[in-house]
Amino acid sequence: MDQNNSKPTVRKEKIAKDNKALYTVISILVGFTIGAIMLLVVKVSPIKAYGLLIESVFGTPKNIAQSVVYATPLILTGLSIAFSFRTGIFNIGAEGQFVMGSLGAMVVGVLVDAPAIIHIPLCLLAAALAGALWGAIVGYLKAKLGANEVLCMIMFNWIAYYFSNYVVKSKLFNDAGKQVSKKVADTAKLSVNSLKASLGQKVNWGIIIAIIAVIIIYLIINKTTLGYRLRAVGFNRNAAEYAGINVKVAIVSAIAISGALAGLAGATQVLGYNYSISEFAGQEGYGFEGITVAMIGATHPVGVLFAGLFYGAMKYGGKNMNLLGAPTEVIDIIMGSIIFFIAISSIIKTMKTRFSKKGGTK
Amino acid sequence: MDELIKNLGLILNTTLMYTPPLLFAALGSVFSERSGVVNIGIEGMMTIGAFAGVVGTLLTSNPWLGFLIAGLAGGIFGLLHAFATITCKADQTISGTAINFLAPGFAIFLCRVLYDSTETHSVDLAHKMPRFLKGLFQGTEGIFRKGGFLDNVFNTYATAYLAFILVAVVWFVFYKTKFGLRIRAVGEHPKAADTLGINVIRIRYICVILSGVLAGFGGASVTLATVSQFRPSVITGQGFIAIAAVIFGKFKPQGAMLACILFGFCNGVKVFVGSGSAVSPHLISMIPYVVTIIVLILFVGKSHVPAANGKPYEKAR
Repeated sequence: MDQNNSKPTVRKEKIAKDNKALYTVISILVGFTIGAIMLLVVKVSPIKAYGLLIESVFGTPKNIAQSVVYATPLILTGLSIAFSFRTGIFNIGAEGQFVMGSLGAMVVGVLVDAPAIIHIPLCLLAAALAGALWGAIVGYLKAKLGANEVLCMIMFNWIAYYFSNYVVKSKLFNDAGKQVSKKVADTAKLSVNSLKASLGQKVNWGIIIAIIAVIIIYLIINKTTLGYRLRAVGFNRNAAEYAGINVKVAIVSAIAISGALAGLAGATQVLGYNYSISEFAGQEGYGFEGITVAMIGATHPVGVLFAGLFYGAMKYGGKNMNLLGAPTEVIDIIMGSIIFFIAISSIIKTMKTRFSKKGGTK
Repeated sequence: MDELIKNLGLILNTTLMYTPPLLFAALGSVFSERSGVVNIGIEGMMTIGAFAGVVGTLLTSNPWLGFLIAGLAGGIFGLLHAFATITCKADQTISGTAINFLAPGFAIFLCRVLYDSTETHSVDLAHKMPRFLKGLFQGTEGIFRKGGFLDNVFNTYATAYLAFILVAVVWFVFYKTKFGLRIRAVGEHPKAADTLGINVIRIRYICVILSGVLAGFGGASVTLATVSQFRPSVITGQGFIAIAAVIFGKFKPQGAMLACILFGFCNGVKVFVGSGSAVSPHLISMIPYVVTIIVLILFVGKSHVPAANGKPYEKAR
């Protein structure tokens, strides 16, 4: 007991940080174990199933490329939610911001006629702005009128959902009475034509955008006064206000940045994968999957990058589970278990401190 | 005038289809949130309830047993959330997110195992939730005539009546019993409550498990009344709407009820206006959500979140 108290807290924090990655790895292993049990229940060999999963992800360069394609929007929505968590807000509205971003990219992609070098950045900008604006409205309602942001975001998700369906079916954008919008111009597509033959039709530049976003967000959070301010507000609103930070502006800008990231995620999906927007039958879920990615990545930008790649691989590889007669939902159960065990890993920390207290050393 | 009353009846009829599932789930959310535990897993708990309710009814041929089994299934996930957030002091949002993956994952997984499809078989009409007052509305004349206003409003599923009765019960529990007082104390100031000898951990466990049970009921009241089978899309978003209703209703059972009714009513208007209207159905579908935001800003204002919400309780040593 005494020994523990005499140690500087800095050391303790460092240990906690190092352990975070370890706990995540353990949680992933536990998740796969639970998945294996479920597979045994339906009489599918887990070894065969996981073998197929690994092969579906890493088997060929094409598979790897497709996993990355699946990961791209997840990295960006994960980053969006991770950033919001860092600033003390829970951006449950990433789903709606994603939809508005897709719309922004689609509208500019369809209407504007420009060479790719201008057209693509213009589409990305439109998407980021649309997502940021959708977030900022909620930020304004919260900061100015004291509205609860979680409640507003849930409503805004559905408003975006129906708005998107409205636009897709509108005269200007509907593709000849079908359930989809018009396709964006070729100059707006993120596809990599030279690699299509070797890596598959859908291979695109989106991952580069995601990586750049990861770097920028890392810099904003850790190296700028803006990031410092936003984190200060997230940490203690009153103290931040006392220190002279304009809390209202901080809240609006935090949600706007988070929204811009979710909007970009929508853009990568439209410009890189679908080229058009379909009429929704149910929520796409990228926003909610982003929560998972943010959690597995421990809300750190680099962690989110890897977590997104992991989730993308699981999503892409998991589709093949039904080849073995295993329900693809086993992937959801594995992912859910992983997050659950990451969540309760704090108990291990508590137990560990107790043990180290008894042992006296470490 | 007759036309107007008839139309209102039709709108209320839809309202009473949409409201009960939200109401059950919202009451569950009230329990959890007021005791200081954020539960965004309500959505997942509703989904597993919706599934278990149908399976239970198909097995026992009794909707009420199915309903109870749905509560049990929701309660199990409530227990899981309680264990994570109270005993392990896990982040409540993370645990809730996990539940939102796990519960629907299990539901659809088991559905495939049992029925070899993502949809269950249908519950036959005889085994759906009963309509108590059906016999009253058989005539062709008078105010009790078939298809009349009273028929539309009161000839509704038993779950609707149960949901509204439960609001009164929950209100009574919260404001007129010792247990309710304790829940509120634990959610506002757990330390003070602890000092007074209240078992914070136990109260929170009870409340979070109850939230799962009620969310399970909510799910079952969709699949055993409005629709008669489980499919993956049967709940989408209703759990989150219920959470929104609770925030809207300032974390009070009666407030949450009004919010759920408002939401259900807007859906009723949406369905009514939607049939044969010149305006795009997608724009009409936005009505409930837009109205919620407007009412929130104009009339409701700030809602007081229970002070200890989101924070795990650590007993002082």
